[in-house]
Amino acid sequence: MTATLEAPVGSEKTEVGAVPSFEVTIKLRRYNPESEHGEDAYWEEYTVLAHGTDRVLDALHKIKWEHDGSLTFRRSCAHGICGSDAMRINGRNRLACKTLLKDVNPNKPITVEPIKGLPVIKDLVVDMEPFFASYREIMPFLITSGNEPSKERLQSAEQRERFDDTTKCILCAACTSSCPVFWTDGQYFGPAAIVNAHRFIFDSRDEGAAQRLEILNDKEGVWRCRTTFNCTEACPRGIEVTKAIQEVKRAMITRAF
Amino acid sequence: MSTTSTSSPLAAPRDPYKRQKTTRSNYELYSWVFMRASGVVLIVLIFGHLFVNLMVGEGVHAIDFGFVAGKWASPFWQVWDLLMLWLAMIHGTNGVRTIINDYAQRDGTRLVLKGALYLAFVVVTVLGTLVVFTFDPCPPNALDYQLPSFCFTGRP
Repeated sequence: MTATLEAPVGSEKTEVGAVPSFEVTIKLRRYNPESEHGEDAYWEEYTVLAHGTDRVLDALHKIKWEHDGSLTFRRSCAHGICGSDAMRINGRNRLACKTLLKDVNPNKPITVEPIKGLPVIKDLVVDMEPFFASYREIMPFLITSGNEPSKERLQSAEQRERFDDTTKCILCAACTSSCPVFWTDGQYFGPAAIVNAHRFIFDSRDEGAAQRLEILNDKEGVWRCRTTFNCTEACPRGIEVTKAIQEVKRAMITRAF
Repeated sequence: MSTTSTSSPLAAPRDPYKRQKTTRSNYELYSWVFMRASGVVLIVLIFGHLFVNLMVGEGVHAIDFGFVAGKWASPFWQVWDLLMLWLAMIHGTNGVRTIINDYAQRDGTRLVLKGALYLAFVVVTVLGTLVVFTFDPCPPNALDYQLPSFCFTGRP
């Protein structure tokens, strides 16, 4: 998505080259068991002044720094690499630091919720442990046998290309928490774990493919994927997640027959 | 600047999470492959069935007790219908099973729904199989006007 400013929102007459400013309302789903709301989640709306170049994260910063310091959310690099600030913005999982306000219709209140399916700790911060538990289960590390070579493990460009797409994962959980099968009971391994297994299963240097396929050949493994493509749509890195899951399925079938 | 509302019912944010023990087996793999394979076979069986019943000869007007009885007099149609019954029942039951797995949130609900599903499967499949194999177009105690004409061809 290229950031082209076609119709500046709010101010009709802006100078050439000037960044337009506008008021934007953020509707936040908040949860703070220590507040008077107790164990109930509640909606809170804030109206802040934003600029045409601002992202949702900038609006959240403004709320936290200028309006309500109790608002809690995760963010680290703020540039779409660390994967800390995945959240549900206007009903879709996105990274707050990669979503421009002008792209999510700032004329209406923008809803911001924590990602679904994981236990909320406070406001937009969720407990990522279930997510990382299934990530650890697929053994996301190189498995080899024999003596360690004295130089690099060589690989052709084609061999590298085979799993290039799934190396892009930043473990933000946007895919897993967009999956309706994961929402049901959270037992499904989830797209992110399968994507990271795919990264090693199709790596020519790795020898643990059989073990990883065995792990994912679970009642809660790849066979629970219903190909709804929510994960592919949610991925902020543009990984073809559903395709990767299908490739793992195919590898299992060719192994079994 | 800020307004608060708790009117809409929101899910409890701190639902506990626990990962159940591993359930590794080829069961789901075979069930996935079966769905694809049986689907392809069912397309042939069902459209063949519809074509023979609705298009060939007099078409839909030819269907009556005698038409069905005549079909089941031949082992070919017995096998065809039996295969169609079994594949459709297993295919459908397996599909509903996955839907129950996806949508039932509590183990109790899942158990009850699946129990009802499997009971329905057994009743329909057993009854259907029984009918296909034991069907007698000319039962000895039936009244004459209820029987198809071919029941009388061998009689004096």
